Amino acid sequence: MTRAHGFAHRLAPWLLPAILLGAWFFAAKSGWISPQVFPAPWEIGDAAIRLGDSGELLEHLRISTARAGLGFVIGGGIGFLLGLLNGLSPLAERLLDGSVQMIRNIPHLALIPLVVLWFGIGEEAKVFLVTLGVFFPLYINTFHGVRTVDRHLLEMGRMYGLGDFDLFREVIFPGALPSILVGVRYAFGLMWLTLIVAETIASTSGIGYLAMSAREFMQTDVVLLAILLYSLLGKLADSLARWLERRLLNWHPAYR
Amino acid sequence: MPSKIIDFKPRQEPHFPRPGLHLEIRGISQSYGALKVLQELDLDIQAGEFVAIVGRSGCGKSTLLRLIAGLEPADAGEVRHDGASRRKLDGQIRFMFQDSRLLPWRKVIANVGVGLKGNWREPARLALAQVGLEDREKEWPSVLSGGQKQRVALARALVSQPKLLLLDEPLGALDALTRIEMQNLIESLWLEQGFTALLVTHDVSEAVALADRIILLEQGAVGLDLKVPLPRSRERGTAEFAELERAVLGRVLERNPPGDSLAAKRRADTVANS
Ligand SMILES: Nc1ncnc2c1ncn2[C@@H]1O[C@H](COP(=O)(O)OP(=O)(O)OP(=O)(O)O)[C@@H](O)[C@H]1O
Ligand SMILES: [Mg+2]
Repeated sequence: MTRAHGFAHRLAPWLLPAILLGAWFFAAKSGWISPQVFPAPWEIGDAAIRLGDSGELLEHLRISTARAGLGFVIGGGIGFLLGLLNGLSPLAERLLDGSVQMIRNIPHLALIPLVVLWFGIGEEAKVFLVTLGVFFPLYINTFHGVRTVDRHLLEMGRMYGLGDFDLFREVIFPGALPSILVGVRYAFGLMWLTLIVAETIASTSGIGYLAMSAREFMQTDVVLLAILLYSLLGKLADSLARWLERRLLNWHPAYR
Repeated sequence: MPSKIIDFKPRQEPHFPRPGLHLEIRGISQSYGALKVLQELDLDIQAGEFVAIVGRSGCGKSTLLRLIAGLEPADAGEVRHDGASRRKLDGQIRFMFQDSRLLPWRKVIANVGVGLKGNWREPARLALAQVGLEDREKEWPSVLSGGQKQRVALARALVSQPKLLLLDEPLGALDALTRIEMQNLIESLWLEQGFTALLVTHDVSEAVALADRIILLEQGAVGLDLKVPLPRSRERGTAEFAELERAVLGRVLERNPPGDSLAAKRRADTVANS
């Protein structure tokens, strides 16, 4: 009984997607929706196989993932380090935080025209935009995490003879980690969002470009395929973030 | 073990393996803004002595401990450890708080070993065994009960064999039964290891049960310095125990700070009416 229960528990999140897919299937089969507007599920499957066979799909996927990953590493890395610096040093905060907050209030996608002027539609443009997009969530959450580390634990650490580095390793970093991981999750979301927009507007490769060029040839199935791929990639990134939380915060009762 | 009270002699030079720290506090004053918390306080605590500090809330007990530990500098006066003026924190002094302050992201054993260098696992294990938690070393602190957390904190405080243990209401958040268990544990470890102990407590019966001396902090100075002439281990039920407890409690409640007489009268009325 408990086994059956556990099985149902696992399956529960898939129930709604399955129902929707079924409804779509039947709606397409019975001809309620026009394939021009909304292609049937199997047509999208066909498109995936067609593009997959030619290697085109995998190439676009690879390019998009590489851009996202590179932008995430650069922007996330800078945001993390700057968040640490400003969180740990009141002097650095006074010097830098105001400027960072000012830049933060500019929606980074508003910079697309400027970025295209600077970099054209080369790789730099996309990576730059993703970098900018993921920088702020990591900066703010790292900063906040470091600042809100339990004062009592810090005092305890000092009293028990921890030096600066040990205090960071034993108390500050683990104490800030839950907040940092919230930042990672937000950054993952912004990473894909930024990349989609950037690839749609200024690109000659990647999933966003695939969708954009398919539109010109009225290939609705490919457009939908690209959208499905984005949601799949987003879901993957989210699962990765959850996995990181479960692994790194296994001490936390809320993540066990 | 009920021992006969007439046999009691004040504790004299017990055979300590490692004597505690001799603490001299000379004319210490501390204020925060206009608030004078401690005023030229003098206090002498012998090596290996167990001293309890009682007093009304806000009278400066925690402040005194912080000054002794060197967590903040005093406005005036001097704290001498074994005759030497010392202002810095060092490994000879350990602090225990009302909240256990365990690192939630470290297993119990690593919490006990925090700040230790080199081969810390063995001593940490021994310290855990001393507080009766050797089988919980691989647990996260969050699964422990309040009393168990405090026992881990005690193990952490004692693993480095301090000469002075400062306890700031360490048992204040525990239930009555656990509290008595912890008191017995602290007493037995103190008897065994011979460190100097300074215990801040709101619980007068705890002070009578554990301390060689009870200090009442009042208006920033020592208002009462009372030896507890009861043999160990002390039985709570005895008439002598109850008499001492009553006397100290009466003394704590008796005098009120000047200018506060109205509030004091109101307080007295509430007590009378309840
Ligand atoms: N850092 C500080 N800044 C300003 N005021 C302080 C500070 N530390 C303590 N005080 C004040 O000094 C007084 C004594 O505080 P302390 O914590 O020593 O009292 P206490 O005797 O430990 O009280 P309790 O029994 O409630 O713990 C209080 O009025 C408190 O508000
Ligand atoms: Mg206090």
